[in-house]
Amino acid sequence: MGKVAIIGVGQSSFVRGYPGSIRELAYEGFKEALEDAQISVSDIDASIICSAPEYDKQRSPSGVFAEYLGLVPQPTCYLESLCSSTSMGLRMAYSLVKSGLHEVVAVLGFQKMSEISSAESQERMGRGADIQWESPFGTMMPAYYAMFARAHMEKYGTTLEDMALVRVKSATYGQINEKALFRKPVAAENFSDPNHFMSGPVSSPLRVGDCCANADGSSCLIVASEKKVKGMSKKPAWILGLGAASASVNMSGRDLFTGLAVARQAADQAYKMAGVNPKDIDVAEVHDCFTVSEILAYEDLGFAKPGEGKELVRNKETYKEGRIPVNVDGGLLSKGHPIGATGGSQIRTIVLELRGDAGEMQVKNPEIGLVHNIGGVGLYGTVTILGR
Amino acid sequence: MSQKEKKEIDDRFKKFGTVSFTSLTKVNDFIDYLEKGKVMGTRCQDCGQVFFPPRADCYKCLSSKIEWFEVSGKGKLLTYSQLKYAPVGFENDLPYSIAVLDYGDYKIFGRIAGSVPEEEIKLGMEMKTVVHTLPNGQLNYVFEKA
Repeated sequence: MGKVAIIGVGQSSFVRGYPGSIRELAYEGFKEALEDAQISVSDIDASIICSAPEYDKQRSPSGVFAEYLGLVPQPTCYLESLCSSTSMGLRMAYSLVKSGLHEVVAVLGFQKMSEISSAESQERMGRGADIQWESPFGTMMPAYYAMFARAHMEKYGTTLEDMALVRVKSATYGQINEKALFRKPVAAENFSDPNHFMSGPVSSPLRVGDCCANADGSSCLIVASEKKVKGMSKKPAWILGLGAASASVNMSGRDLFTGLAVARQAADQAYKMAGVNPKDIDVAEVHDCFTVSEILAYEDLGFAKPGEGKELVRNKETYKEGRIPVNVDGGLLSKGHPIGATGGSQIRTIVLELRGDAGEMQVKNPEIGLVHNIGGVGLYGTVTILGR
Repeated sequence: MSQKEKKEIDDRFKKFGTVSFTSLTKVNDFIDYLEKGKVMGTRCQDCGQVFFPPRADCYKCLSSKIEWFEVSGKGKLLTYSQLKYAPVGFENDLPYSIAVLDYGDYKIFGRIAGSVPEEEIKLGMEMKTVVHTLPNGQLNYVFEKA
């Protein structure tokens, strides 16, 4: 069996209130990926459509998209693992190509969250947890991650100031990412200014500035076999390692509140498959749905020892010029988080970085990149390692 | 006069929580116990595995012979968060705290009693789980200082 590569990446701008339908939103990411890969729609053998359900009214969006994008009569299907849907889609595309069943597969992620209110959206996200035993208590994503933040602060002395530093870093790069939703600078002092919206309480200890925003967006990855890559692509990003894990949905089944077990397990698998270790990673995208999530990710991925994640952001080691640049596209905190499109956007950034095509966001000559994408509250975790 | 037999629907679980999202479950007796002031988990009669939240089926030995046990004694507070913003349907409960208690053999996810001020909540503190009737008549359980 040959290797498998990503030969095309695309994403729409991530926005609030996209003025079109979901198929039109999907078209934006798809078109950019096809143009990037320099292939035509007839080169694609199958498609995997990814999102989290219930943000729009369309049931089974794969059929609608396949029709709109010209991907019929090729096989298509819908896949979801909440916020990690596109990374899980990439994992499935890899196996379809690796098995020889298909040569070129499109993974298309999308989410149009603006059709419902923010409170309705929190209710839906809360129902991504255990609807029988947890949701009746009135749960939402920020509250769950806030419990992890609290436990980490208590055990390791991580502070709210450390979390603010993650947002400051994110905003540094959000300003230079033309596809990001939030493009303004953020100062650490904004979090201590009671009149600044960043300091507004959401769920203790997390504040507005600690949380990423809902957004509308799409992303697309074109995955191809080694055989096809030779004729099609000059700058493929090879899939070197894939890891994925799941955990108890109900918090009562968790043993760890100072990290995400799924991220640790997925990272171990991906490092092993790629034959690399954390020190070999030159650039990374991590799932910073909340500021604390990025600190947990540093530790779960082995960039820092447990409890020492805060040092990375304090010492600016995860800035573009640092030892291990993380989220130099602004991350979820700045780009916004259109659930089903997020993983594809993270992977797109790493592919562009490896090719040297990341423009202002480019880090110096990376050879190996990593993507950490989490679904739910550490319910699903994927880690993907890519190389030139 | 023929009358179609009306099938009884056991939807007791719709009473659980401020807003319940499911009404049919094989562990509906949980609600009866709540009404009697008891918070209960289940135990597999074949392999002894203990479950909270309660479940009707054991994934370890594939037995559905379960028995109820009462959650009693003290648990240790592992972590919590107080919500200042609520999802649709829960606005009238604000502010409220969600939390996880560790009982050793099992853990419980739930709410901290509204009577416990946030400044008195400390991780590691001992708490007990008690039945709570919500203002809308629904039932849940909350953690109080032990």
